[in-house]
Amino acid sequence: MTASLRITASVIAIVMLAGAAAAYAVVWRPAIAAIDPPALQAFDATLIKRGRELAAIGNCNDCHTVRGGRNFAGGLPVPTPFGTIFSSNITPDAETGIGQWSEAAFRRAMRSGVNRAGQHLYPTFPYDHFTNVSDQDDQALYAYLMTRQPVHAPARENQLPFPLDQRPVIAGWKLLFLRSPTYRPDPAQSAEWNRGAYLVEGLAHCGACHTPRNALGAERTTAQFAGGDVDNWHAYALNERSSAPVPWNAEALFAYLRDGWHPDHGTARGPMAQVVSNLSSVPDAEVRAIAAYMAGKFGVPTPDRKREGEVALAKAKTPSGSSQVNATGASIYAAACASCHEGGRALPYGGVNLALSTAISSPDPRNATNIVLSGVRAVEGERSPIMPGFAASMNDRQISALLSYLRARFSNRPAWTGVEETIADARRTQTVLLQTSTGPRNAPSDPSQRDKP
Amino acid sequence: MTTLKVNGREHQVDADADTPLLYVLRDDLKLNAAKFGCGLGQCGSCTVIVDGRAVLSCVTPLLLVEGKQVTTLEGLGTIEAPAPIQRAFMEEQAAQCGYCIAGMMMRAQALLQRNSRPTDEQIRAELEPHLCRCGTHMRILRAVHRAARLMDTAEASPSSSRSAP
Repeated sequence: MTASLRITASVIAIVMLAGAAAAYAVVWRPAIAAIDPPALQAFDATLIKRGRELAAIGNCNDCHTVRGGRNFAGGLPVPTPFGTIFSSNITPDAETGIGQWSEAAFRRAMRSGVNRAGQHLYPTFPYDHFTNVSDQDDQALYAYLMTRQPVHAPARENQLPFPLDQRPVIAGWKLLFLRSPTYRPDPAQSAEWNRGAYLVEGLAHCGACHTPRNALGAERTTAQFAGGDVDNWHAYALNERSSAPVPWNAEALFAYLRDGWHPDHGTARGPMAQVVSNLSSVPDAEVRAIAAYMAGKFGVPTPDRKREGEVALAKAKTPSGSSQVNATGASIYAAACASCHEGGRALPYGGVNLALSTAISSPDPRNATNIVLSGVRAVEGERSPIMPGFAASMNDRQISALLSYLRARFSNRPAWTGVEETIADARRTQTVLLQTSTGPRNAPSDPSQRDKP
Repeated sequence: MTTLKVNGREHQVDADADTPLLYVLRDDLKLNAAKFGCGLGQCGSCTVIVDGRAVLSCVTPLLLVEGKQVTTLEGLGTIEAPAPIQRAFMEEQAAQCGYCIAGMMMRAQALLQRNSRPTDEQIRAELEPHLCRCGTHMRILRAVHRAARLMDTAEASPSSSRSAP
């Protein structure tokens, strides 16, 4: 071998070793020593109560509980464009939950998406937001979770194709998309706004649903709150692209998030139902802060948007005659919908006038389709708005006629395209939808319960 | 004129396309088993079966049932010869005021037609859209289980040579 060849070979070897070392550094995370599950008395009651409110703001129970299952025991299938990921057991069960996790291990998971054993976690667990959560809040969340009922529930196997089923791949994703922190206080803004920013960008992880994602499943930071997808529902745009007929403001957002409905907007259902159910159990000030910050994201409505809102409100007050353009849709609306949606009964038990409904004015017909097909189920143990589903009484063509009618009559937007396919898709996903739809699980609606840890 | 098939018979009905099926059944065809409760599809007392599926007739316009098979409680059995579901509800004394019961029976019937041995859970989930203010829920549950057993026997008996004990 000549000298130059030897040198080249050595250089290649060194580069390869350096590359391997770099990759190893990116991928490898140490295990954090297991602990014996801490005793209940190890945690301060006020801290646990604080953790409970934070867990409600974080909507943790929504993904970490199967409908009808044990709280926080995981196992909920979360459909993603890459495959199905099952939520994990975050009860303090030593064997199958987080019972052996120290607070440091918990904080590492929240901040960088690594479990106690050192494995990378899929970003379905929104650590890209939780990385903003303070040490103090992580401590309270930890105290709350470690004092829940331990449930023995082994993790279910994710359904992912190769190579996505290889956890080291996640390290690459993090290298590309995990930034920490993504939130910094803005001294020019009020304390309330800053609190809202901290919650929305962090624990409340609103963007996880409401921000569109790129081809690799990361939130597109340049299109924050421009609307996203969740469980076959459209998560509406919460910025200047919002299609709400009446523009949102801080007061309306507060009422909606606090009570689950607003007279100018309707009721929160679909995946948002659990969010508002949880938010009904946290202090007013936290919800006000979220509303104040989000009102800024929607922005001040342009004069045109304002006028549109006034027109929609006026339209909602005056009954308009039925049109003959789409006789099938008009007849179905008259018999099946109008008795509630134009019945003059106040929200939340009466239906919102559809001139005010974002489901109808949204560019995406999925939410309206889902609601027509499966209705709004009564929430167990709570007074709640209900709506019958029409999957059994209407065929796809009839539902399509109804939706086209609603769109034409109640919005000033162009007709939806692909409605029939949307209906067929929605029918296919019904079972999934019903399994994962929400009810109160950990946030008692009884206000007297709210002060208890 | 709309042609309506109810309990195996064809009827010519002179009503607008957007008339709720319940009004036609009660006012035009004088079939009074399906009840008007809330008129909003929220109580279940108007439930009938359309092509095998339970449907709230108060929020179902006539045009949606054209050419389909509508079954009301009258179509299941008579006072002299009650259907299994009716017998079961009587034997369990599942009705108190009875206003909700016709609807309950219709949805239970539709359930039993596609699932002959439903679990408690399945019955509860299925009957969730129905309200009963008298509180006979536990009897209703028992009645649906009893109806399931009666239907088994009823189906077995014509072809079976065994005589009833």
